[in-house]
Amino acid sequence: MARPKRPNVPVVIDGHEVMAYPDDTVLSVAKRNGIRIPHLCALDGVSVYGGCRLCVVDVAERHKLMPACGTAVAEDMEVHTQSRTLQEHRKLILEMILAEGNHVCAVCVSNGACELQDLAVELGVDHVRPDYQFPRRTVDASHPKYTFDPNRCVLCTRCVRTCSEVEGAHVWDVAGRANGSYLIADLGQPWGEAPSCTWCGKCVAVCPTGALAWKGKAVGEMRHDPNLVAFLTSARDEGEWLDRETM
Amino acid sequence: MAATATDSRAQQDAHPSGDERFALLDKALKRARFEQDQLVELLHTAQEVFGYLSNDVLIYLARQLRLPPSRVLGVASFYHLFTFEAPGDHICTVCLGTACYVKGAEEVVEGTAQALGVPAGQTSDDGRLTLWTARCVGSCGLAPVVVFDGTVLGKQTTDELVTHIREVFAAEDAAAEEEEAG
Ligand code: SF4
Ligand code: SF4
Ligand code: FES
Repeated sequence: MARPKRPNVPVVIDGHEVMAYPDDTVLSVAKRNGIRIPHLCALDGVSVYGGCRLCVVDVAERHKLMPACGTAVAEDMEVHTQSRTLQEHRKLILEMILAEGNHVCAVCVSNGACELQDLAVELGVDHVRPDYQFPRRTVDASHPKYTFDPNRCVLCTRCVRTCSEVEGAHVWDVAGRANGSYLIADLGQPWGEAPSCTWCGKCVAVCPTGALAWKGKAVGEMRHDPNLVAFLTSARDEGEWLDRETM
Repeated sequence: MAATATDSRAQQDAHPSGDERFALLDKALKRARFEQDQLVELLHTAQEVFGYLSNDVLIYLARQLRLPPSRVLGVASFYHLFTFEAPGDHICTVCLGTACYVKGAEEVVEGTAQALGVPAGQTSDDGRLTLWTARCVGSCGLAPVVVFDGTVLGKQTTDELVTHIREVFAAEDAAAEEEEAG
């Protein structure tokens, strides 16, 4: 179904009436209208994953919280994004994400330019309540151009979706289950030996943390470019190459 | 139509090693019409046929189903049931389900591991014995339950189990010696 010229679905977000396209999600219409809903795994230009749950919102008449990134708009839907409960949920979710890995900002390539760090600041995470898990994970520096540090991986699957849907190589996937989940390249081999990798660097561009980085970057030097895939997909679909927004 | 297409696919991709067991997997692949959503079923078949999922087998399935290898391994590694390393000649699985646990199954695992020198979950260095643990094999009345080479042994103690395994090994050794002599 092609998008109509103008958005034609009225929805109410935090008391503001906004117009959505029929194929909008709560997150995408909020974004277009300057309403900020925290999110982490969502990435413009690739499919919805709905794994991090930071984007939870309240939808009147549904008796559970919904992830904004994976909830389609409906006519006259009433959404609340900022209640105390929601903020508290988001904060705890982020604390759990932080406790699950080994996030040591002071020695991280992405320090100062990290979506995870920015979210922690935004949500007011000044300490972490769940016990730190201190998992033992080994850095993979086998790729000639990039490094993968699973200690900083939040399993958002942005890299998985980008490599599969945009580059078409599907190098990455998630193995294991629950808190034993981890990222694998091809058959679980070192990334540098994964035959399907084209070295394109798109996964590195979209990683929200310092998990995927360019080799040779020192602490705080890494700059990601998460808008890259939205640019590529709209360039491909709409023939728009010049309106590139970079970080 | 679809059948011809999949037939030729199987033919052109028949496993180059000539390992007969791949023919069994091929049969299952055909039955599944090479549908990608049959992956878990096919992993089951592969594990049954080969005893474990080697990289070779995973790559073969990935090729035949036209799936990325990381997706195949990702799915397979989700389930505890699948193993990725060749098990030993004999497999001893101790049930650690609630009933067996209460009846001291953990001691049986630890005792057996120590007596026979195989850490739980692993295979002995000589490749003769694999010691696995399982979550409830469904014979709680016989707790603690052990499955040795497919045979259910009920109400096991460490001593009984170790003796049983040693007897099996001894019988095997004797047979091998006889063969050598004869
Ligand atoms: S560099 Fe490109 S091809 Fe390689 S894993 Fe990343 S996105 Fe995939
Ligand atoms: S490596 Fe980065 S992009 Fe990939 S799952 Fe981990 S945090 Fe997300
Ligand atoms: S951004 Fe919606 S679940 Fe992650």
